This record gives sequence, C-alpha cells and structure tokens, in this order.
Amino acid sequence: MAGLTLELLGMQLLTGIALGSIYALLALGLCLIFGMLGVVNFAHGAFFMVGAFLGVYFLGLTGNFLFSILLVPIVTGAIGLVTERFLIRPLYGRGIDYPLLLTFGLSYVLIEIMRVSFGIEGLPSITPDSLKGSMNVGIGYFPKYRIFLIAVTALIILGIWFFIQKTRYGLIIKAGSRDPEIVKVLGVDVAKVWLLVFGIGTAIAGLSGILASPTRSVNPEMGIPILAESFVVTVVGGMGSPIGAVVAGLLVGVVYSLTSLFAPALAELSIFVLMAVVLLIRPQGLFGKSGFMS
Amino acid sequence: MQAIFQLISTHRVLATTLFLMVFPWLMPYEALAINILIFGLFAMGFNLLFGYMGLLSFGHAAFLGMGSYITGISIVSFGMPWGAAILFGVIAAAFGGLVIGFLAIRTRGIYFSMVTLALGQIVYYGFYKAEKLTGGENGLRGVKVDPFNIFGFKVDFLNPLIKYYIILFFVVIAIWLVSRILKSPLGAVMEAIRENEKRVSACGYNVAQTKLLVFILSAAICGLAGSLRALHLSIVPIDSLHYLQSGQAVMMSILGGMGTFFGPFVGAAVMLYLEDVVTSFTKHWMAVVGLIFIFFVLFFPKGIWGSILEYLRVQKGTPK
Amino acid sequence: MSKKTNQTRRNILVAGAAAASSPFWFNIATAQSSTIKIGFPVPLTGPFSAEAQDQVRAAELAIKEFNDSGGFNGRKAELLVRDDKLNPGEAATRTLELIEKDKVDYVVGSLSAATQLSINAVCKERKVIFNSISQSDAINEVKDWSIYTFHEALNPHMTAGAVARYAFPRFGKKVVYLTADYAYGHEMVRGFERAGKSLGATTLADIRHPLGTSDYSAFLPRIKALNPDVLVLCNFGRDLVNSAKQCTDFGLKSSMKIITPVLLYTARQAGGPEAFEGILGGTSYYWGMEDRVPSAKAFNDKFRKAYNGIVPSDYGALGYAGILSVLQAVKNAKSTDTPRVIAAMEQLKYDWYKGPQFYRKCDHQSVQSVIVIESKSKNMKDKYDVFNVLAIDGPDEKTLRSCEELGHKA
Repeated sequence: MAGLTLELLGMQLLTGIALGSIYALLALGLCLIFGMLGVVNFAHGAFFMVGAFLGVYFLGLTGNFLFSILLVPIVTGAIGLVTERFLIRPLYGRGIDYPLLLTFGLSYVLIEIMRVSFGIEGLPSITPDSLKGSMNVGIGYFPKYRIFLIAVTALIILGIWFFIQKTRYGLIIKAGSRDPEIVKVLGVDVAKVWLLVFGIGTAIAGLSGILASPTRSVNPEMGIPILAESFVVTVVGGMGSPIGAVVAGLLVGVVYSLTSLFAPALAELSIFVLMAVVLLIRPQGLFGKSGFMS
Repeated sequence: MQAIFQLISTHRVLATTLFLMVFPWLMPYEALAINILIFGLFAMGFNLLFGYMGLLSFGHAAFLGMGSYITGISIVSFGMPWGAAILFGVIAAAFGGLVIGFLAIRTRGIYFSMVTLALGQIVYYGFYKAEKLTGGENGLRGVKVDPFNIFGFKVDFLNPLIKYYIILFFVVIAIWLVSRILKSPLGAVMEAIRENEKRVSACGYNVAQTKLLVFILSAAICGLAGSLRALHLSIVPIDSLHYLQSGQAVMMSILGGMGTFFGPFVGAAVMLYLEDVVTSFTKHWMAVVGLIFIFFVLFFPKGIWGSILEYLRVQKGTPK
Repeated sequence: MSKKTNQTRRNILVAGAAAASSPFWFNIATAQSSTIKIGFPVPLTGPFSAEAQDQVRAAELAIKEFNDSGGFNGRKAELLVRDDKLNPGEAATRTLELIEKDKVDYVVGSLSAATQLSINAVCKERKVIFNSISQSDAINEVKDWSIYTFHEALNPHMTAGAVARYAFPRFGKKVVYLTADYAYGHEMVRGFERAGKSLGATTLADIRHPLGTSDYSAFLPRIKALNPDVLVLCNFGRDLVNSAKQCTDFGLKSSMKIITPVLLYTARQAGGPEAFEGILGGTSYYWGMEDRVPSAKAFNDKFRKAYNGIVPSDYGALGYAGILSVLQAVKNAKSTDTPRVIAAMEQLKYDWYKGPQFYRKCDHQSVQSVIVIESKSKNMKDKYDVFNVLAIDGPDEKTLRSCEELGHKA
C-alpha cells in the first residue's frame, strides 16, 4: 500500500485505542449489568445517546465540561434506577428473554423522548475550548480531545476496578454475580444491590455518551449502531468478565481502525466477523468462563 | 363461546383461511392487508423457533431478505416466471437456514441470540456490497409480475384485491404446513426441548438435529414471506436484512403471543395496523409502539392471543 | 363492513385529529373527489425530517398559489402528505395506498435515492406520473426510468461536475475522496472524476467508508499522510456533518481544501460554523441568491410571508417546483389526462425560483443551474446567512450525461 509508514500505522493504532476506549467503557457497563442481574440491556445504546444529548445540553448551559461530566452519569444513572425498580424488577424469574425485550421497547421510547426534547436534527456537538486542536505526539499530530479521552477513560476504568476489587460494595457485587442465593442468605438485600448495579451500568453508558459526543454528531439514532458494537465487544470479551470487556473494547477499536486503513469499506463488517469467529472458536469469549451462559 | 373456540382450535387452518378471506374488507386499504399477511407469515415462521422451541434469534431478517432478494433477482436479472422465482427464494432461504443454523446451534441462550444477530448482519453486508445484483443501498427495483392466465381467465397482479388473494393462496399453504408440523411428533419434541433440553436428550432424541431441522423450516417460511413481499412491493429494500427487522418479528410474536398458533399473526396485524393508524395522528409513533410493547412485556407476557386463550382455559377450568 | 363506511370513519377520525393537533403536524386528510390530488410521500420522521417538513411547507405554498389563481377549470389541487419514514419498503406501501386507496392523479416527493426509486417502481407500473424531488443518478438510467418518471432535482453527476469545475482549477489537482460506500457516494465520485479529467486532476485515493459511520478518525491519519490539495467529502447529511467536524478536529484544513458535492443548509445548521468553515459545495438552491436572481427573490418573499419570515431551504424549494411543474403542465395541456400532461411537461419551459429550467426529453431530467457555495463563520448577518454564493453554473444540457450513456435510444 502506497505511503504506508510506521508513523501512519502508529497514528492508526492510536486512533483505534481512542475509539476502543469508548467501547471498553460501554461494554464495562453492559457487563456489570449482565454479570450481576443477568439482564441484557438492549437500551444501553439509548442511554449512551441520552448521555450525549444531556452532555451537550449541560455544556451549552454551563460552559463547564468537568461539571457536565459529573452531572450526566448522575442523571442517566437515576433514569436507570427508575427503570430497574419499576420496569425490570417485575420480570425477574420469568426467563432471560423478558428484560431483554423490555429494554428493547424502552430504547424506542428513549429515542422518541430525545427527539421531542431536542429535535429530530440532533444537536451540534461541542468540543470544550481547552481541548480543541491537535498536539504533537511524536509520530504526528493527534487531536487533543482524543488524548484526553484515552486518559480519562483509563482513569474511570481504573476507578471502577478499584471499586469492585477493593471496596466492600464491590465485594458484594462480585459475590452477588457469582451466587445471589448465598449472598441473600448472608443478609444482604440483593434487590437493593441489583438496583444500584443497574444504575451504575446506565450511568457508565451515559458517561460514555458525553465523552464520545465531541467526536461525532449527536442525534437520536446514534445509539443504534453503538448497541450492536457493544454487543460485539461484550461477546468477544466474555459475557460476564469486566477484564474481557475492557480488553475486547480496545481490541475491537483497533481492529476497526486498522481495517479502515487497508480495506475501509469492510470496516463495519470486520467487527461482526471477529465476533462470529470468536463465538465459533471460543464461545465463552476471550475471558469468559466456560459454560457460563448456557 | 367455548364451543366456538373449541371448533376453531380443531380446525384452525380452515378458520384462519376463512377469516383471512374477508380480511381485506376490514382494513382501510389492501396494501396494508397484504403487508399483514406477509409479516404475519414472517412472525409465524420466526415463532416456530422462538415460541415453540425457546430459541430467540435476532437474525431472522436474513431469511426474509434472502427470500425477497433471490426471488427479485430471479425475475429482474434472469427473467424467470414468478412461480419459479418464489420457489428459488424459498430454497435460498432454507439453504441460508441450514448454514446459519448449523453455526448457531452450537451455542445456547444469550449467545444464540448474539450469534444470530452477528451472522444476520454479515448477510446484510454481503447483499449490500453485491450492488450489481442487488442494487445495494438503493434496493432491488423492477420486480414485476406480468398479467397471466389461469384456466382462460386473465389475472392482473396489479389489481390490489387479486394480488391479495394470490398471496393469500401461498400463505394458507404455509400456515397449513406449520399446523401439520406442530401437530406432529416433531412438534411435541420441539415443545419438549423448550421445556427441558437435557431430559429430551436423555430420552434418546437428537436435540441438535431437531433444532437444525426446525431452523431450516423456520427459515424457509420466513423466506416465503420475503418472496411474497418482493412481488407485492415491486422492490426489495436493503433494510429487510437489518437486525431491526429481526427485532420486529420478535415484537410481533410477543405482542400476539409466542408459543401460540394464531399469536404471531395477531401480533403482526395489531402492530402494522397500529403503526399505520398512529402515523396519521402523530409523528411519535416510535414512542407509542415502544410503550405498547413495554406494556405487554410487563403485564401481558402471553400476548394478546395468548392472554385470550389463557382466559378461556381458566374459565373452562381445563388444566394446561 | 363496507369500504365506504370505513372510509367515512377514517375521515372523521383523521379530521378530528387534524383539528385537535398542532399546526405543524400536516393535514393528512383523505381526498375530496373533484380536486386534483397529488400524493406527497416524504420522510416526515427520521434523520431528514427537517428537510421533509420544509418540502411540505413549500409544496403547500405551491398548491395554494395554484388554487388562488383559479386552479384548473375551477378544480382545485390538493396535497396528500404521507410519511415514508425514509424507508423504501414503507415508501412503496405509502405509494400503493395513495394510488389504490386515495386515487391520486400524480405523485411528487421523496428525499433519498432509495425511496425515490422505490416510489418510481410502484408509480410507473400503474402509469402514474412521478416527479422526484431529490438526488439520484440511477433514476435517469433506462433500467429504472419510464415515461411517467420526471426528475425535478439535481443529480450527483451535475452537482459534482459543477463543484469540480469550480474547485479543481483554483485549489489543486491532487484529490482524495472520502466516500460513503453506497450508490450516491460512487455516483458523486464518478461525476467529480469525469469533470476532473479534462482539468488534469488526479485521484490519489478513493477511501470508502460504511454509510452512517459516526467515527471517521480511523480514516483521517491516512488522508493526512497522502497530502492532497483537495479533499472531497462524498457523503451526505449526518455523515457529512460528522466527517466535516472530525476533519476540522484533526487539523486537516490547514493543509488541504475541503469540498463536498452537496452542501445542505440543514447540515450546516446541525454541524455549526466551525466544523463547516471554509468548506465549499454545491446546492440546487440557496436563499442568498435573491440579489442576483429575480425569481429567487419572488419565491423567498412568498415563503417568508406565508411562514413568519423563515427562508426556504434547498429541498424546500424543490418541493415548490415539483408541484408547480406538474400543475402548470395540467393547465397547459388543458387536461388532467396523464399522457397529455406528460407531453405538456416535456414542452414546459419554466422559472419558478432559480432561473430558467426545462425537462430534457430522453430522460425527463430538469436541466437547471447548480450553485456553488462556501460556508462562512464570520460576518453572518443573521442565523440564516451561512453561505457565500461563489458561482452559479448555468443550465446546460452538456452538464448532464448523454442520453446514449444512460441507455436511452436517441
């Protein structure tokens, strides 16, 4: 390929990592919800979209990006809490398909609510002033915002890891995903834990939305392809594994980015092929437990 | 009332056929009634796998699309008569069912849904890129059915009512087939697998083979629905293959009642009619559809028809 | 239950709803029998609903103009608007409904290549005139075309050609295309390359991206490395907004000129001044032409008067023209009979809003001007003043592909 240099490859890799960071964060949220509640959240893409809209809205109102980043997950998390309590909880015990279907219907409603609130066109996304422009990363000029994105998502993911591994609540969540019965017997109010985890999951989705918003246009349909892509990541990584979500997220981002370099028209297809291949060779995903989801 | 329902359930194919023959007069326009026939069949084919076997596929649009495209391409690029074109469409979809089924059956539960979604998307991209044959993003155009003769009578396919009855003819055959399958020993094994796969296996049945067989049948029926759709609309839109189209089959089955015979048809009719009517009143039809769907999942998981059946069963005092 | 009862019921339901609902939800009424009915399927919901609503506004303006001037032999015209949801399958169903149930006389509409081809397929088999008001190259080709097919809008070949002829001589000959991988994208590239050949332009790369891509960052490092004079964003709507934004973020504007075949008013509003600053493109209409084209001023004034001071968009103007052409042909033919209206349209010479136009006989393509505009971010007089008009490429049959090339017998 003409003009293929190490620098170009490096830039492409970096781009893939930036893209993958968003995927990793999204998949982490999905994975937490699935691991803990056994619910496949088909509205995850919609929460991502809501986060993006709210992010642009708050940023436009306050001009303060940091504040918006803190506020958006609180709002989407709250919506998640309400969803779990009133829409999903009645469905437990009915089989894995029902919450999936309910969240599928929910995504339709969320999309329409955003259309009504913000218009069908969407909003012009805003890059905060301090993060505009590109900076020299040694091999070339790369947008400042994407460097910020990589750094911030890494921090957030580390924060979540710390929360799960090192705190008492994290311990309860881990135990609850492995064996909810025992946890209940040990006196923990599992219902409350489920509520919280769903809220955390949707908060993460909203956060991914606002973080991603400066990199793409913010419109009501933006969550639809994102949903399929998050599923690809979750499956490749392993349905219940947080490490899997992160690694697979980055992997998918890089695969997409490199395919765009060599065969750009096949970029979207490539991640689905990756997913199909992983499912057929190692159905539990790269980091999933064997027979976990039969 | 009980007696009527008893009669209907014993002769369900006949009852359905009679109802569908007068159906066009209940609908505001024939094209809508035809759409309901087609999607009713689509949902019914899907339901064989979902309602009766408990396998939630998110890639069934692939078969709807394959049926549509192969039928369309047969007519547009190869000038075949429409009867042969329908046959090729169904065969193509069945073959697709064989390949995708074979790959998907190896997984279970949520993974099954994910694999079917991914494989469905691959089919989508495949047809998209084959622009010369399929028209790509613009879809396939020009699927014509020229006027033909049956026993000396000239049949004009462009006449909406005549088109409806021709399509109904094929739909009835398919419905009859589905009914026979469900009433056969295979049908019993299907439902048994849904309830407890391990036990069925222990009884000596080859579960994997059964699953694959039903997958192929399901694909063939969805393929027929697709073939008929191509003839109805004169075009094949590329989004016939997208996972959102698969999602529609899921919604229709849930709405109508999965695991029941009429359910998917009822679901398709209600959903399409609602969409048509709601669109005239408000542009927020997506929210309305979503809300109704949520409502059903929460309160009427058996769907419209399923709930009606359940109510009657309870009334009569019959055990399930 | 008889059909007539259903019809009446639906009338009452819909009339009631129409009365109760807000003025911006358009009157989807069933037709009265002595009026001239024109079906209007457009994507009222979905990503282009803003453009579609503008099309409806302008179309209704045209209908009103026709009716106020006496109509045809006292018969008034009526617009039956339907939502095709930007979905070809839905568009086909709606068209079937309009023709079979509402018995429309003519169909005007569409806002995408796929939907117009779909509507066309249904109309031509039933011998109903269809005047398409959105871009497509395929609709002129013999495979899809029929004598009932008319194309009011520009096609990618004309648009790309005009932009190429303006940009390549001024900004450079080394070109990279970032193309949406579907028919529209390919058609645009083809149009650019054709025009570029005679100007000595060379294509360094044609990078295809999947339609609906939201993140273009994966393609940008390569584009930068190729170092072209001109980058052509061969995509549309949201894709254009996204790619324009990200190209700006990646700092591409400092080393290359970015151009695009179709620069929509609504896309510019959605993307904002910064993302589009300096980007140049083509359009069928921009309200800012009014200082040099008298019919533009007349049209703008009518539109502003009817709709509280807002200006018509590019697609809106097409809605206006699409309707007027058909109705004027009816008047000229002194009949609503389809074959006679077709003959009248073929003879029609008109100037509804942008200068002289006529339909070429072999493919019914409206021969018209293409306007080259550039987006601005400074010195904007008001929120509507977003483009500078750089040039107007006059109406000339030579800017179209030849009849033979399209497959029509001469």
